[in-house]
Amino acid sequence: MEISVKEEKINNQQSLLLEGTYAVAYAVKLCRVKVITVYPITPSSAIAERLAEMVGDEELDAKYIKVESEHSAMASLIGASHVGVRTFTATSSHGLAYMHETLHWASGARLPIVMSNTNRSLGSPWSILAEQTDSLSQRDTGWIQFYCESNQEIFDTLIQAYRIAEQVYIPAMVNMDAFFSTHVLENIVIPSQEMVDSYLPEFEPQIKIDLNKPSAFGGVAPGDSYFEFKYKMEEDMLKAVDVAVKADNEFEEIFGRRYGIINCYLCEDAETILVMTCTAAGTGRVVIDNMRKKGKKVGLMKIRLFRPFPSEAIINVLKNKMKIAVIDRNISRGVGGIFAQEIRAAFYNTKYHPPIFGFIAGLGGRDITPEQIEKALNYTIESDYPDREAYWLDVDV
Amino acid sequence: MNKRIFEIPEEDILGKGHMACIGCGVPLAMKFMLKGLGRKTILVVPACCNSVIDGTYPFSASGVPLVHVPIAAGAAVSSGIRAGLDMIGDIETTVVTWAGDGGTYDIGFQALSGASERDENIIYVCYDNEAYMNTGIHRSSASPFLAWTTTTPLSSLKNVPKKNIDFIMAEHKIPYIATASIAFPEDFIKKFVTAKNIRGMRFIHILIPCQAGWKTNPSKTVKIARLAVQTGIFPLYEIKSGKITLNYNEKDIPIEEYFKLQGRFRHLKKKDIINIQKDVDRNWKKIIKLTKVV
Repeated sequence: MEISVKEEKINNQQSLLLEGTYAVAYAVKLCRVKVITVYPITPSSAIAERLAEMVGDEELDAKYIKVESEHSAMASLIGASHVGVRTFTATSSHGLAYMHETLHWASGARLPIVMSNTNRSLGSPWSILAEQTDSLSQRDTGWIQFYCESNQEIFDTLIQAYRIAEQVYIPAMVNMDAFFSTHVLENIVIPSQEMVDSYLPEFEPQIKIDLNKPSAFGGVAPGDSYFEFKYKMEEDMLKAVDVAVKADNEFEEIFGRRYGIINCYLCEDAETILVMTCTAAGTGRVVIDNMRKKGKKVGLMKIRLFRPFPSEAIINVLKNKMKIAVIDRNISRGVGGIFAQEIRAAFYNTKYHPPIFGFIAGLGGRDITPEQIEKALNYTIESDYPDREAYWLDVDV
Repeated sequence: MNKRIFEIPEEDILGKGHMACIGCGVPLAMKFMLKGLGRKTILVVPACCNSVIDGTYPFSASGVPLVHVPIAAGAAVSSGIRAGLDMIGDIETTVVTWAGDGGTYDIGFQALSGASERDENIIYVCYDNEAYMNTGIHRSSASPFLAWTTTTPLSSLKNVPKKNIDFIMAEHKIPYIATASIAFPEDFIKKFVTAKNIRGMRFIHILIPCQAGWKTNPSKTVKIARLAVQTGIFPLYEIKSGKITLNYNEKDIPIEEYFKLQGRFRHLKKKDIINIQKDVDRNWKKIIKLTKVV
């Protein structure tokens, strides 16, 4: 991975072997979150458990509301955030779907709530395994969305998420794969509290509940103002791309690690680019290495920031490539993979039109294997134009 | 000279310019509540008539901070505000959810039950006008037996009784429950003063006639609210740490007097009224019996 590491920074940081869920809990603690509400759901539950211990043991000075549903989890944070304190919740799949209306409300109320979501399939039929359709079906709720690959990236992105959210007053969702991230141990570099404090100042919102200036929040906005509220939100959401880039750069200055809003591997001289997200991107890099050995000019682009969609950064990398292959572990039924659709849309009003091949793989937590990825790349290289519909990798019907 | 045991502040916190219908009882209830609670109060309003009554952006008539929230979120948002206040060291301010009957009995009930089980340190007020009045007089589970609403038209009247929300709340073992009426302001305000000085989850249920939905004369709102108490349809009581006390002991008016002022009951037949009267009598006896349980 092209992640720059400054050794001297690493030396000030401690190392722990943590599952993805615990990485989230440690990040929340170091961000000095004041109000936490979590409703348990597999495979996110260990976040709720570890945070309960941290608050119970007074390792973390916070209120932890043990709510009766995800709807109330987000609703409680909407309340707490209006008071002007830093907030956190964690969920997954059906839990995120159940939050849907409150996600809209949180972003509309300009509350920089941060949440982690473990990408899990939605029923029916039941599956608790990895798939991104849960968070991608929340793409129009006005939340910043990150998709993370490693446990270190999850940990670091959570800290960055607060910094970004609190600058633009937009809530942020940090996504990771069910089980492949949540239940896999990785060595995590944990920075000191001082380092995190220097990166993430205390949350002081411009507007909050004030008894001396009683006002209403979120009341009926008539036709002469609703439209303008939405325009301002969009303006700030678009700004969040640059804010995220800056937050990543500033993060590197203190912690010695950066990720980019997109991340490219051997893209410069590549003719065909594979686009992937989350843990499967790691497998993708192995396939790129193997195919390079066979003389194929391929590279990989990982998308880390999904909302706001980093169109400019993506177009800059992909514009002069011969072909693009996008592997989606998600589906918008009737059009195909969601990342593929977003990339196609980003290119439409440009003069560049590389053929974009869409592949569906790994739904319901099925492994996305090196063989599947190679098959997708070979199909892309060998075909002149993509099919209208997405190509399902290894579907047994 | 009479010893003054209870003083009602002259100052009105509720401001001018609210957008309630003519003859609406909600602003009266809000006015009385704020007299009892004072300015150190934060209101949480899930979708209900009050979402409109408070005024449209950038106006707000309530005189205290008010947070509008989705209809199912009333009790949860208050829980979060309470937690946030506690974290910044403000333990004095009272957090109040001010919800309609739909937002309490129906869609908001899960959050209310959850907050009650957790014994959140908030006051939850249900101002009950016995239907989704703001959306267009639609039946809720607080609508009375045989009441007309736009979703229980004459051809399919509500054929099940109203939920007993107060006793459901009592089973949550919360420290304070009260019913209150805009026709009994002293009792009303006193209950909010009592609630303010108790920690934990407090539930106050106010029955408020709605002239538009009940098809009543707007000048009779307070009279109808009083009759609801005097007929025993809406008894005034408190449940403190499980102990129930009646606050208005008389029940000497037949329910017909209450029903005949309301268009929504115009279709009731003699035998319907006799049956409902029996039900009201049974419920009254039950409450009297419970007041004697030590």
